[in-house]
Amino acid sequence: MARTDPKKDVVIIGLGWTGAILGMELAQEGVDILALERGSDRATVPDFQYPEVIDELKYGIRFGFMQKPRKSTLTIRRTLDEVAQPYRRLGSFLPGDGVGGAGIHWNGQTWRPMEVELRLKSYVEETFGAATIPDGMTIQDWGVSYDEMEPHFDRFEYMAGIAGKAGNIKGEIQAGGNPFEAPRSRDYPMPPMKQGVDAQMFARTASAMGLHPFPRPAANATQAYLNEYGMQLGPCNYCGFCERYGCLNYSKSSPQTCILDALKRMPNFSYKVNSEVLKIELAEDRKTATGVTYFDEAAQEEVFQPADLVIVAAYSLHNVHLMLLSGIGAPWDPVQQTGTTGKNYSYQMTGGTSLFFKDVVFNPFAAAGSSGISIDDYAISRIDFAKEGFIGGSYITAGISNGQPIRGIPLPKGTPSWGAGWKQGIGDWYGHAMSIGSHGSNMAYRDCCLDLDPTYTDRHGRPLMRMTFNWKDNDIRMTQFMRSKIEPMAEAMQPDSWQSSYKAEGAQYDVRPYQTTHNVGGAIMGADPKTSSLNRYLQAWGQHNVFVMGASAFPQNIQYNPTGMVGALAYWAADAIRKDYLPNPRPLV
Amino acid sequence: MMNGFLRILFVAAVVIVGAFLAFLYVPVQRTPAQTTLAADYVPPKGAGAYTMRLADCAACHTAEGGQPFAGGRAIVSPVGTIYSSNITPDLKTGIGAYTLADFRAALYDGIRPDGAHLYPAMPYENYRKITEQDVRALYAYFKDEVQPVKAINRGNDLAFPFNLSWGLRAWKWVALSDPGFTANSAKPDLARGEYLVEGPGHCGACHSPRNVVMAQAALTSSRDAFLSGGRIAGWTAPPLRGAKSAIRGWTAKDISLILATGRNVHSAINGEMGLVVRESTQFFSKADLAATSAYLVSLNKGATDAAVDLVTDTERLLISANPSMGLGPRLYLDNCNACHFANGRGADEVFPELDGSSLVTAQSPTGLISMILYGGELPSTAQRPERLRMPGFGNRLSDDDVATLATFLRQAWTNRAEAVSSTAVSDLRDKRQAN
Repeated sequence: MARTDPKKDVVIIGLGWTGAILGMELAQEGVDILALERGSDRATVPDFQYPEVIDELKYGIRFGFMQKPRKSTLTIRRTLDEVAQPYRRLGSFLPGDGVGGAGIHWNGQTWRPMEVELRLKSYVEETFGAATIPDGMTIQDWGVSYDEMEPHFDRFEYMAGIAGKAGNIKGEIQAGGNPFEAPRSRDYPMPPMKQGVDAQMFARTASAMGLHPFPRPAANATQAYLNEYGMQLGPCNYCGFCERYGCLNYSKSSPQTCILDALKRMPNFSYKVNSEVLKIELAEDRKTATGVTYFDEAAQEEVFQPADLVIVAAYSLHNVHLMLLSGIGAPWDPVQQTGTTGKNYSYQMTGGTSLFFKDVVFNPFAAAGSSGISIDDYAISRIDFAKEGFIGGSYITAGISNGQPIRGIPLPKGTPSWGAGWKQGIGDWYGHAMSIGSHGSNMAYRDCCLDLDPTYTDRHGRPLMRMTFNWKDNDIRMTQFMRSKIEPMAEAMQPDSWQSSYKAEGAQYDVRPYQTTHNVGGAIMGADPKTSSLNRYLQAWGQHNVFVMGASAFPQNIQYNPTGMVGALAYWAADAIRKDYLPNPRPLV
Repeated sequence: MMNGFLRILFVAAVVIVGAFLAFLYVPVQRTPAQTTLAADYVPPKGAGAYTMRLADCAACHTAEGGQPFAGGRAIVSPVGTIYSSNITPDLKTGIGAYTLADFRAALYDGIRPDGAHLYPAMPYENYRKITEQDVRALYAYFKDEVQPVKAINRGNDLAFPFNLSWGLRAWKWVALSDPGFTANSAKPDLARGEYLVEGPGHCGACHSPRNVVMAQAALTSSRDAFLSGGRIAGWTAPPLRGAKSAIRGWTAKDISLILATGRNVHSAINGEMGLVVRESTQFFSKADLAATSAYLVSLNKGATDAAVDLVTDTERLLISANPSMGLGPRLYLDNCNACHFANGRGADEVFPELDGSSLVTAQSPTGLISMILYGGELPSTAQRPERLRMPGFGNRLSDDDVATLATFLRQAWTNRAEAVSSTAVSDLRDKRQAN
C-alpha cells in the first residue's frame, strides 16, 4: 500500500557530497527540504571509530561500506550484441551506500580539470581538425567554461579543506605547484601533505628529467581546519586507511566532517534513511516532476513524496537509472544515435609500473590516500593529438596510499602466489616496493552507454540498468603513450626490478579486478537539448524542476579524479537555483 | 546555688526549645526586591528567554528528551539524588500560580509558596545576586512564554539533614550570604562579567569548593576560595583561578570560544560542562561572552602559562619507536597518539591538549577514567556545529590498562598528578553498570 506524505518544497535524492551541498545551500533560502537516503545513517563515531574501522577484511575485502549487489546492482556487457549479465560481486567499481555516500570511502584526491577539457570537442576541432575525432567517438563540450566554474572550484576546495600547492594563481606560475593547471584565484586552503620516500625519489627523478613534479591535491587535512559552515577537520595521522574506509580521525573531507552536523541544525531541513527512491513522478504533461516515490524500509511500504523541486543527487549510475525509469530525457539509442539519457557513459584509463628496491625501506604503513607527487607534463592540453594518434592525457603519480596486509603488498613477477615461496616473498618485499601510476582520460563512444536491461529486475520489480562498455583503441594508445614515458623514469630510478601493467591492444573490459569508481556520463550536460540531457545548470531540459548532480553529467571523462569537478558543479548549480530558479521557477536556458 | 543553677538551666532549656519551635513554626522571611521597579514594569522583548539562558535553567529543569522545563532530570548530589521540578506555567503541577514575590522567593531564598524549602541543587546561594530586572524578565518568561506542561514532580531521596525542612532552614542560615549584587570591579565590562559569573551563571555552584556543611565555600571573588575548584557528579570541576587554574594563560578570546562552542585551541569541555555550553553559554551575547571572559582573565592575572613548545622527555620516548618502552606509553601510542600526538598538544579546536589538561591532572581521576572508558562528545553550537566525538576505549582496555594509561597521562609531558589505581577504574565500571 502506498501512502502520500505532506508536500515539501524540495526533495533531495541521496545524502552524499552533492545532496549535502545542495541541502546546505538551499536550506539557506528558507525552503522546506527533505533528503531521502537509501542506506543507513553514518557518523565518525561509532561507524568509523578506531580501531574497529581499520579492518581490511571487513571493509577492504568484503566492502562493508559499499552497496550490496543483492539489493542494488546493474547488468554489464562489453558490446551491443552481447547479453548483459548482472554485476553480482563488486569488482571493477564500488558504489557507496548510506549517509555520506562514496564521500566517506574515497582517497581524497581533489583535482580541477584542465581548461580545455570543458570544451574538449571544440578544442580538438579547432586545434587538430575535426578529422582527428575517430568514428564512433561522441565527445562533447560541457556547455560551461572553466572561468565560469573557477569560483565554484574555489568554494568546494575551501569548504572541503584541500591540502596542496597552487601552480598557477591568476596566471602567475608558482614554484612547486603544477605549472600546467588552469589559473586559480588563490592557493589551496592548507599546505600539502608530507611525502613518503617513494614520492621524494620520484620528484628527484622527474626534476632531473626536466619534468615538473608537485604534491598531489589532497582532501586529507594537514592541520586543524575550520570551513565556511563552521565544520572542522583534524590533522591526518597517515594511518593509511582512506580508500574503502571512513576516516577515524576527522581528517578526510567528507559530508560527515564538512557539512552534515551544520546541515542538521537547519530547522527547515530533514532527512530519512533507509528510503530508496524508486521513481521520479512526472505531471501528466510530463513537463514537470510532481515528486518522488520511495520505499520506506521501516514501514515496508511505498511512499509518494510530493515536492516542487527534485534534486537528483544519488551516485552517478543511480542518477541515470532513475532518469531512465522515470522517463526524464529520451533514452539514448546507440544505433539510430537519437535520444540522450544513457549516452556517453565513460570510465577512467589507468596504468602503472611497480618498482622493487631491495635496499630501500618505504614504510608503506605511514601513508595517506592522497599523499604523493605528480607530474602533469603529459596532460591533455600538452599532447599533440594529431601527431600521437589519440585524444586524451594523464597525470602521473608516485604515492603509496597504504601498507595494508591483504591487498597492499606488491610482489615481483615470478613470486609464487601461495605457500612457502609466497611467504618468503612477502617477507622479502614488504616495504620495498613502490609504483608510478598514470591516471588518464576516457573518451565517450556511441556504443558505451547505459539503458534498461530487458531481462533482469531488482527487488522492487524495476528493470536493472544495463551498462555497455569496452576499452577502445584511442584510449589504449593513450595509456601506451604514458607507458612510454613512465618506464624510462622507472629505469632512471634504478630499481632491482620493475614490471608494468597497462591496457594493450585488444584489451577487453574485465569487471572482476578493481579499477576505479569513476563512473561518469549518462545524464550529460551541454548546450543543446538534442545532444544532452541537462542544460549547463544541470537542469533537465524537459522538466525544469529536476536538477541532476554528480559525475553522470560529464560528457566524457576528464583525466583527473572526478570529485573536484562534481563538487564545483554542485555549487555552480546551487548558485543558479538560489539566484535564478527559486525566485522564478522555469527552464533556465 | 543548686536552685540557681537549675533555674538557669531551665531558662536556657526554655529558650532553646522556644528557639527551636520558632525555627520550626515561625514563617521564614522572604527577601524583598533589591531594587524598586514599577509594578507595571515590562521587561524588554527577548530579555526573558535570554536571561533564562544566562541562568541556565534548562540544563536542570529539562530532562534529556523531555518537554522544556517540565523537570524530571535526575541530579546526583553528594547528599542524594534530586529530581528537578516542573517550572512550566502549568497551574497545578508547575509554577503557573506563583506570584512575582513567590517566584523571587524561590530564586533568592529557596522557598516555595507553601513555605517548603527547596534543595540547594537549586543554586539560590548564587541566584540571590540576580538583579530585579532579571528576576522580572525570568518571571515574565516562565509565566507567558513557556508552554505549560502537566508533569507531577518526582520525590527526592536525600540524606539527613537535607531530608528535613528544619534541617534545610538551619543549613540556609549558615550557607546564605546577603542578597543583592555589588561589583568589586570598577570597570563596567568587568562588573558585568563578575555579575554573570557570581549571579545567574552560578559558576561557583560547581567550580567553588564546598565547606563542611556542603555550602559553597565562597560566593564572591574577593575570597580566594571562590572558583578555586569543586566537584560535580564525581568529576573535578577545575579551578578557574590560582596556581592550578585550568584557564591559566588563556586569553579572553580562548575563554569566549570555549563558552560559545565547547572547544578552543587548548581544550574541549567535558562532563557536566557540556550541558552548560549546550543550554547556556553558547547563547550568551558577544558582549556578555567578552565580559565573562575578561572577568575570568582578571582572576588569573599574574599567572603565567607553563613553558610550551619544549620537547619533553615524554615526547622523546614516544617517538623513539623503542619496543622496550613501558606499557603506559605503548598504550598511549596504540590508542591516543593518532589524535593527541606525541607532544600531547592535539590540534586546535579539534583534539584537546593533554599536556596541562585540567581533566587529565584533576585531583579526582574520575573524569579522566570516564573519558578513556566511555569517550565524550562536544555539543553542536551555532559557531561550531560539529559533534566531535572521542570514542570510548572501555571495550578494548582492561581495568589495569586504563589505570596504567591514566597514570601515564597524569605524569607525561609537564603533567604531575597522582597515579590511578585499577580499583578506581573497576569501581567506575561497576557504578556505570549499576545505573
